[in-house]
Amino acid sequence: MRVAVVQFPGSNCDQDALWALRLVGLRAELVWHTEGSLEGFQAAVLPGGFSYGDYLRAGALAKFSPVMQEVRRLALRGYPVVGICNGFQVLTEAGLLPGALLANTNLHFTCKEVYLRVERTDLPFTSAYAQGQVLRLPIAHAEGRYYADEETLERLEQNRQVVFRYAPAPHAAGGPDHNPNGSLHDIAGIVNEGGNVLGMMPHPERAVEEVLGGTDGLGLFWSLKAALEVLPA
Amino acid sequence: MQETLPPLLQETGIPLHEYQEIVRLLGREPNRLELYLFKVMWSEHCAYKNSRPLLGLLPKDGPAVLQGPGENAGVVDIGEGWAVAFKIESHNHPSAVEPVQGAATGVGGIIRDIVAMGARPIALLNSLRFGELSSPRTRYLLRGVVGGIAHYGNAIGVPTVGGEVYFHPAYQENPLVNAMCVGLLRVEELKRSRASLGRPVYYVGSKTGRDGIGGAAFASEELSEENESKRPSVQVGDPFMGKLTLEATLEAIRQGLVEGVQDMGAAGLTSSLSEMAHKSGLGLELNLDRVPRREPGMTPLELMLSESQERMVLVPRPGKEKDLEALAARYGLDAVPVAHTVAEPVFRVVAGGEVVAEVPIRALAEAPTYVREGREDPAIARARARDLSDLPLPQDLEGVLPRLLATPNLCSRSPIFERYDHQVGTNTVLLPGRGDAAILRIKGTRRAIAVKVDANPRYCRLAPRLGAMHALAEAARNVSVVGARPLAYTDGLNLGNPETPEGYFELSETLQGLAEASRALGLPVVSGNVSLYNEGPSHRIPPTPMVGVLGLLEEVERRAELGFRKEGEFVVLIGPEGGYLGASEYLWLEHGLEAGSPPPLELALEARVQAAIRELIRRGWVQTAHDVAEGGLAVALAEMCFSYGLGATVELRSQVRPDALLFGEAPSRVLFTVDQTHLHPATKHLEEAGLPYRILGQVGGDRLTILLPKARLEWGVGDLRRAWEAPLREVLP
Repeated sequence: MRVAVVQFPGSNCDQDALWALRLVGLRAELVWHTEGSLEGFQAAVLPGGFSYGDYLRAGALAKFSPVMQEVRRLALRGYPVVGICNGFQVLTEAGLLPGALLANTNLHFTCKEVYLRVERTDLPFTSAYAQGQVLRLPIAHAEGRYYADEETLERLEQNRQVVFRYAPAPHAAGGPDHNPNGSLHDIAGIVNEGGNVLGMMPHPERAVEEVLGGTDGLGLFWSLKAALEVLPA
Repeated sequence: MQETLPPLLQETGIPLHEYQEIVRLLGREPNRLELYLFKVMWSEHCAYKNSRPLLGLLPKDGPAVLQGPGENAGVVDIGEGWAVAFKIESHNHPSAVEPVQGAATGVGGIIRDIVAMGARPIALLNSLRFGELSSPRTRYLLRGVVGGIAHYGNAIGVPTVGGEVYFHPAYQENPLVNAMCVGLLRVEELKRSRASLGRPVYYVGSKTGRDGIGGAAFASEELSEENESKRPSVQVGDPFMGKLTLEATLEAIRQGLVEGVQDMGAAGLTSSLSEMAHKSGLGLELNLDRVPRREPGMTPLELMLSESQERMVLVPRPGKEKDLEALAARYGLDAVPVAHTVAEPVFRVVAGGEVVAEVPIRALAEAPTYVREGREDPAIARARARDLSDLPLPQDLEGVLPRLLATPNLCSRSPIFERYDHQVGTNTVLLPGRGDAAILRIKGTRRAIAVKVDANPRYCRLAPRLGAMHALAEAARNVSVVGARPLAYTDGLNLGNPETPEGYFELSETLQGLAEASRALGLPVVSGNVSLYNEGPSHRIPPTPMVGVLGLLEEVERRAELGFRKEGEFVVLIGPEGGYLGASEYLWLEHGLEAGSPPPLELALEARVQAAIRELIRRGWVQTAHDVAEGGLAVALAEMCFSYGLGATVELRSQVRPDALLFGEAPSRVLFTVDQTHLHPATKHLEEAGLPYRILGQVGGDRLTILLPKARLEWGVGDLRRAWEAPLREVLP
């Protein structure tokens, strides 16, 4: 089972995603954005960073990269596709996920730890977590405020497409502060209707070892591994 | 006298005696372009005219040093085939004029220096100085500089893991922005700025435009109101192109395509090409017609002086030219052979088929140096000599601590570092603010490096030599306190005009202090930067030697952070309880005074204290340790409470005046915590090392309680924390 980590010009979490995937024993390889084929790959990760310098709009130019045709094909065939941070922005720009990621309400780049609640565990990305489990993961973005129109939001909720929601720290007094960017419905991550395309703003690949201060991101990679093991090659 | 100078000298600002020297070296009058080449190459920024003789005082060799000063960055060996390249560099004047781009290109420039050594940048730090936080201009500059660092560092994907900022009125007219970068490389991939004879020299990266023209020379002038109109001297950064240039350069090195690499930074084509040829013992011919350009109609002078960003100089190995071009094309970058090396030791510039400049390369590279007479400013000597023993004691000792924690120099830095991506690369072990130094693990090994940059402007202003010693001692102490053994340092020397006796005195004292501390602590300097002429119309900045120390942890698991973590652990202080009021933050806050002498520093004791805390951490007995710095014991204890919201109760027994006991400052002091099991072995180790220590109390609860001989002081950790967090959050919401 091979996982492609797509490198756009300006991607900068590509090596980190590769490291995390390999840490759980997945075969992961970097794929340059001009690549015309993802033949032989059973999953793709669109990593964080500033593809094309975030010029025009975060993720807006990357959707035109040749490799995106192949990512789309992979997604349509039901294989797992994960977009993290800038990768999430690319997936919304490419229309593989609904909605858009707008400037944070504080209007600046914010790098800190946040808490998020796991809303679904029946997905190839979350099976290793417990329903309602609260994860501690870092965010690092300037445009992470999830936005969609009322109708889309309602559909997302009805279809249970919201996978991760910003939540208060366990044992902390509740308050509005837990949502770091003003995302509607506290959305931190969503899937498509098929449940095989995930986009999330927090960085699970940054929380995979104790030495980095946390391991709450590991579950996502373990889940992906388990899912790929039962997929047809 | 100015009127009698030839117009060209007035235009370039080259002093008459240097002009005469240029004529002597050339054996003729230089043309306008040639004179400008000398102007930028003989600027303090490029040539270290005033500092070079003094820089010779610093020790530069050590067992770990693979590359000392003189290259794009210094390199030290960290074992298992790995090495670390690091350097600090100033971007003060551009940041004063245009804070966002000034700071951004400062970051871009130091990253390229590290890449030029063949190293992948893995961490950024910065050292910032501003005027008083209450001033609107300071707020504008602070927001701009932080925004610029974030803009470039975040996008290029190098984490900003640490730094420091001080606010002091003497920086009001001349803020300081120094950026430090740390890179990782395999020892065998170490590159230098070299080219062999007859090789084509490639220009790789962004196109050349009209930005940053004469920036190196601008950096070597005092700031005036006129400079406000020098915006064209400020470069514009593009982190996206920076990222592509970085990746292309590193890939070219990894594939064995290049024999030499040089960053194109200050003084652009002029400096990068002439220095590379000079270091190679060769000459060089540059064809300006081949230089990729952003706009038409650029003159040779503009092309030679442009400091457009994101440009590198690469010398391919024989037969690898086409591979290099193909690699650059893959990243969408220009890669053009703009020059070639020649045997004749000249720097020749050709444009439109004609030689437009030709000067001996040595003459460009070896500017005259100056040794001047220094004299201390008597006002500073008087301030230092002031007797502080008659100062009244504060009525309300308890009230001082929250106020001190809320001063601009001691309050929480999280509103700043939250704007920086401090984790990209997934090597950051301690988040900013969690330890006295940043720790980065080295993937595939058990090793880690620790880095810290430091300089106390009050100490340095009142006693430049002692202040410089403190700067190195404290940065090294911070690295030791997380458990790492300091290996070497980089120094960003920021001072005033060396042509004044007071300015030269400060420069000379600073370097003598650094040299003395280097020798005593066994730390060589491997790279650095000198930024002089940091003055405005009414203030000379305090001498500001920003010292960036790099240390090695052999096992990343054996490390310490600063926060109290376990209830019941014992709090132990290495060093004396009492501190000094001279040059302290407390003195400034409560008495509005910057006076007295900075605390004395006994370097031999300092080295032993650092060795002791490293050993306690290495043995796995200690996981929490913190340097006692500005604000003294009370502030250090409060800071230890913040990470996990855990308090402590401690007792201080010294009979010194209570404000000196609580808030007085002194070096060679470290607080640590240890559990019951390891308390005895730890204190026994300190006894055997002959170090003074005392068990002050225990961790626990949510209050900080300090018992004095005649008073009991108590604070809620949450209340202190709120006071500490508020001030910068207001400026950077």
